[in-house]
Amino acid sequence: MNALELRGVEKSFKKRRGEVVRALDSVSLSVGKGEVVGILGPNGSGKSTLVRVISTLVLPDSGHVEVFGVDAVRHPKHVQRSMNRVSVEASFFKKLSAMENLLYGAKLYGVTSAEARPRIKEILENIGFAQKRATEPMEHLSRGMQQKIALARALLTSPILMLLDEPTTGLDPRSKKDVQAFIRRIRDVHDSSILLCTHDMGEAEELCDRVGIMVDGKILALEEPDDLKRRFATNGRVPTLEETFMAATGYSVEEASAEKE
Amino acid sequence: MRGNVKPLWLSEMVAVWGYVQRNYFLTKRYFMWEVVWLVYVTVNAMAITYIGAGAESFGAKDAERYMTYLLVGALLWNYLSMLFDVLSETVSWERWEGTIEYTFMSPSSRVTHLLGMGFYAVVYGILQTAVTLGACYLLFDLDLSEANYWGALLVLAVCSVSLVGFGIVAAVLPLLSPEKGQQVSYIVSSVLLLVSGVYYEVDVLPGWMQAVATVSPVTYALRGARDALLEGAGVTDLWANIWPLLIMGVVFVPLGLFVFHLGESYAKRTGKLKRSG
Repeated sequence: MNALELRGVEKSFKKRRGEVVRALDSVSLSVGKGEVVGILGPNGSGKSTLVRVISTLVLPDSGHVEVFGVDAVRHPKHVQRSMNRVSVEASFFKKLSAMENLLYGAKLYGVTSAEARPRIKEILENIGFAQKRATEPMEHLSRGMQQKIALARALLTSPILMLLDEPTTGLDPRSKKDVQAFIRRIRDVHDSSILLCTHDMGEAEELCDRVGIMVDGKILALEEPDDLKRRFATNGRVPTLEETFMAATGYSVEEASAEKE
Repeated sequence: MRGNVKPLWLSEMVAVWGYVQRNYFLTKRYFMWEVVWLVYVTVNAMAITYIGAGAESFGAKDAERYMTYLLVGALLWNYLSMLFDVLSETVSWERWEGTIEYTFMSPSSRVTHLLGMGFYAVVYGILQTAVTLGACYLLFDLDLSEANYWGALLVLAVCSVSLVGFGIVAAVLPLLSPEKGQQVSYIVSSVLLLVSGVYYEVDVLPGWMQAVATVSPVTYALRGARDALLEGAGVTDLWANIWPLLIMGVVFVPLGLFVFHLGESYAKRTGKLKRSG
């Protein structure tokens, strides 16, 4: 049984003036147990909608979404217990401290303060987050620190499927490295399956077992990074993942991150 | 936690406490705003009560009783409107903070979510009303010699349940329209103020407004509480106002949850949970 299985998932949104945007176009993919699958794509390619559909925040028009064999559309409460999500925006009560946000997040998953506190301490130590800063309001913390707390909050509920939607976008290089190290730790130590949406080629190549390219709601390819690159080889030269991405999508990395959804 | 499987009911209870505790933390962080609001509410209740004092110069015979009548209206409206506002702002508040998706993808049920919000609002509202009443008690000679406080509390408790249901229905509005939903709930709140007899008897209103007043839980709560506090009415006398509230509670709470479920499904179909809408 796969950690995640999508078959023929379609999703369209009606915009004002009757325009219909096809966010997901017959998307099929799977994430095996303990596997890290990366989805590369420009902004507006449907990555965030894909994550929202899996995390039960958006209902698909058609197709099947299964998390560890359970239908996520028919049994959302069941699958919500086994997964968590970190998105590009820090979704916190900004006046509350990191500790208060973590305790609140844990309780939504049925984890009491007494159970959560030692685990929070352990996680914060592992990510090099000073305990004393945990009592400061979130709005006083840098974006990188907020993102670490977002990952800690997700990890606190021990998800067996993690959905990471551009977790390092907008972070400074140091914070980006820290967050990537944390993701590596989740993969290696916590035995979670991970779906990572990003437009950072290096991140995808380093962290993911398989990488897919998504454009206009379609997944064009989903393979191991080396196989993906070989597919776009020309004259015997294997391109970099960045060149592969450009060849597949027609976007440069800069355009991919600048394009508005 | 993985391997730490609790019975579902226990997980939901932990989540209810999570919502209550979160709101307590937020109240602490916005403490100065809470003080400002408490002062405003108290001064507002005093100003309304002084209308009663001033009525004597317009020929009113029993100013003391009229002042008590107005103060009861001001205090109850403060409590009930606060309860309604907290419930109806459940969605818009989280959308403003940017946490709505995180909350809605958690496994705690919507009943748990709204129960936690309602419970905190009731406790907070009672404390706020008690402080306001205390301040007004020091300032005015109120006619509460006949008061049946337990009867008034009973009416208030029953009304709280039906108003929670009413608030849940209003909470769905920001899900349907992220931009305008909350404004509509303020209109609902203002209509309740107009028709429910907060500062005057419902009889003085035009017939169509009196008809609207019959479906407002606030109407029965005010009548019941005034009967208990001004006339010392017992439970038997209060029953005429309690049974409509009970029926409204039985109807509005499940109706509110059902409507909220429909609104949530609509928002998930159309992608309107997202902060930008």
